Amino acid sequence: MTKEELKSAISLSSPTVTYDESGEFLTVLITPDDLLPLMNILRSKAEFEFDYLFCLTCIDWKDHLMMVYHLQSRTHQHCLVVKAKITDTLQPKIESVNNIWKTAELHEDEVFDLFGVTFLNHPNLRRLFLEADWNGFPLRKNYTDENMIKL
Amino acid sequence: MHLWLRAAISSDLLLLVTEMVIIGVSLIVFLVLLCFFLGWMERKVAAFMEIRLGPNRVGPMGSMQIVADTVKLLFKEGLTPNASDKFLFNLAPGIMVVTSMLAVAPIAFAKNFQIWDVNIGVLYVSSISSMAVIGILMAGWSSSNKYSLIGAMRSGAQIVSYELSIGLSLISIVILSGSLQLSEIVESQANGWWLFKGHIPVIISFVIFVIASTAEINRAPFDLTEAEQELTGGFHTEYSGMKFAMFLLSEYINLFIVSAIAATIFLGGWMPLHIGTWASFNHIMDFIPSSIWFLGKTFFIIFIIMQFRWTFPRLRIDQLLNLEWKYLLPISMVNIIIVTAMAIFGWHF
Amino acid sequence: MTLLGENHITEEGQFVINMGPQHPATHGVLHLKIWLDGETIKKIEPHLGYIHRSIEKMCESLTYRQYIYTTSRMDYLSAHMNNQACALAVEKGLQIEASPRAQAIRVILAELTRLASHQLWWAATGLDLGGVTPFFYAFREREAINNILEETCGTRLTQNFVVPGGIMYDIHPNFQNHVKQVIKQIKDNFHEYDEILTGNVIFQNRLQGVGYISKEDAISYGCTGPTARASGVSCDIRKQFPYDGYDKIQFDEIIATGGDCWARYEVRMAEMLQSVHIIEQLIDNIPEGDFQTKTKAVLKLPKGEFYQRVETARGELGVYLVSDGAATPYRCKFRSPGFSNLSAIPHMAKEAKIGDLMAIMATVDLVIPDIDR
Repeated sequence: MTKEELKSAISLSSPTVTYDESGEFLTVLITPDDLLPLMNILRSKAEFEFDYLFCLTCIDWKDHLMMVYHLQSRTHQHCLVVKAKITDTLQPKIESVNNIWKTAELHEDEVFDLFGVTFLNHPNLRRLFLEADWNGFPLRKNYTDENMIKL
Repeated sequence: MHLWLRAAISSDLLLLVTEMVIIGVSLIVFLVLLCFFLGWMERKVAAFMEIRLGPNRVGPMGSMQIVADTVKLLFKEGLTPNASDKFLFNLAPGIMVVTSMLAVAPIAFAKNFQIWDVNIGVLYVSSISSMAVIGILMAGWSSSNKYSLIGAMRSGAQIVSYELSIGLSLISIVILSGSLQLSEIVESQANGWWLFKGHIPVIISFVIFVIASTAEINRAPFDLTEAEQELTGGFHTEYSGMKFAMFLLSEYINLFIVSAIAATIFLGGWMPLHIGTWASFNHIMDFIPSSIWFLGKTFFIIFIIMQFRWTFPRLRIDQLLNLEWKYLLPISMVNIIIVTAMAIFGWHF
Repeated sequence: MTLLGENHITEEGQFVINMGPQHPATHGVLHLKIWLDGETIKKIEPHLGYIHRSIEKMCESLTYRQYIYTTSRMDYLSAHMNNQACALAVEKGLQIEASPRAQAIRVILAELTRLASHQLWWAATGLDLGGVTPFFYAFREREAINNILEETCGTRLTQNFVVPGGIMYDIHPNFQNHVKQVIKQIKDNFHEYDEILTGNVIFQNRLQGVGYISKEDAISYGCTGPTARASGVSCDIRKQFPYDGYDKIQFDEIIATGGDCWARYEVRMAEMLQSVHIIEQLIDNIPEGDFQTKTKAVLKLPKGEFYQRVETARGELGVYLVSDGAATPYRCKFRSPGFSNLSAIPHMAKEAKIGDLMAIMATVDLVIPDIDR
């Protein structure tokens, strides 16, 4: 499906979402509460069939965190970006999507480790790279460390 | 030498002790030198297989490389892990070396040159060589290392299984020659080696013996007990320095022994190659000293076993046991029956 | 010997071993915690971070010219492809394109790197399964390729030859001749690879039926590259989202349906020949012209997000650049192929033997700095 077709099809099933078409892929902006219902539709409906989550990451925009999900369908070969805005930067929480895409488990571990986003219903949420008692989340913009060198 | 010593030493007991010491020391020196040679040979064979040169800097053709390595190992610190069972940990390499050295006794190196011509030579060798598993289990258990333990347990399963095939393939020759004594087995091959006299069943036995003995001495492709890529060294993970060198020593002695046994049992030991009625050919063959014949045959088999190591990838543990219990053992059992029939009806040459 | 407690023997009688961070077969500092029942693997949990250098954080303070070269250290075996991906992402932001000459040279170098990487993989696969000899046969050709890369790029492993808008220098005058020699050498010697490893019965038995992953699972776990293609997933970025003129080149996407280690082995072996095929088409037809498109000294990307996907030797590498208009990326994320492929290993190795795990890790072809970044 092209961008336009995707847009109209998603609008049919979930009318509340907003869109951003400036980038290469069609971007869907949602709130964290809408994440799981939308993702389930995108994965299971035959017209979308986004079965491949090729990138899961987070961006720290200082006043909010943005979860970014890059989706691709192996059957239809179309791509979509889903962005969920988390406004609570102190205790960010979002539903885990590891039941929909198994690859999400390790990627969510990584985001938890480096951004501190807690994923609800994640089977084994742990600090993947850093030690369990590490202070702070290194990829946040406000992260400081005494050993850090300004390049 | 016996007579010469007799003249010098009057007491019987002292004479016996002196003889034993002389034989023991010369045997150990011989075996250590042999291991040096085998170590060098293995590197050269590996290099030959791997399109490279191999050791070529220390000594002529790199022959002193292995001496340099030994010196390095001697100067290394022999670590004993804190959590290990220290007595067993230090005992294990000794047991490995002693059991492998014991098996050298009944081997006939040349005509009338045998340390101990025991009348149950075949039984003696096969029972002594299976004691090596005790050393391996001891090393693996006492290291207090999980990988060592897995390696030791693997070796238990492996050596006990492959013992059967070795025994059965040796028995086929015992049946044909009618003796357990190694010197008599050699004598029985005066008119032709068993490999040629015994038709296809003996060739099958020989192949089974070579495969099973490669497994018995834990060499690749059956080196599951060490399995560097899986178990980081298996039972000898925790060993270093001289204790590690002793494992290497015993590995090479074992390699020599199984090859020597195969040469003695199947290829006629020190017997020269005789072909039927070709009197002049047989006569020329007789001129080659018997020790050369024996060592030549032994090193031929060592070369084959070394080639295995540098050609094949390693088997998995269940494939290893399948090979023994589903293929080698049934084949050798059927083979025994055929060989027995051959012996009874005199179908061999 | 005391082996009690949760980290040694569990209540169900499972034996817990830590494979790595220092282990001969993990190809680096991968740490797998493995629960064993006898020799059968019940559960695997990867523990990472032993070589994490936080490249993503570093890139946030490096300019768009500089950040390319940190990525050589991610997947060091396909360093050139990593650089290419980063440069393409910047080019996408600047809306420029490398000249045809630069594109052709990039593709040749990328395929040479892929060949070298696959040869190292082949060597390591043999080594992981206990055969030392293949290593030397593969390195004979790998050395020749590395010599070419050294001659043109200056370095053997981390080439750092790509700049936004082209390549850093023009090729060495001997480049074409030497590449042709190497191509001939590989084609002449390729049958030796099959003789020493592919045809070996022990080797086949070690790989066939081991580490099976179905097509659905491979997609769901985000497997890419030869790992996914062996399960029947069509996922070659060179075909799906062509870059640097791959759409003008004739080559086949190798797809197998076995899904086991043997299928992965066969896919990689066939891919080597495809790489040779690609280089053969290009090496005599490198267009004349500039090797670099003129760019400003300080590159500034417009506000927005740029995602570039590239097929490296291990699978799909994604470079996700978020720009706020400054001279450095606001956020830079590398979607590395190894990380997703690793997540499938616990699934593949369930109920396998320890020896099988070696075969699985070897055929998935992990590079640990790629996973840890």
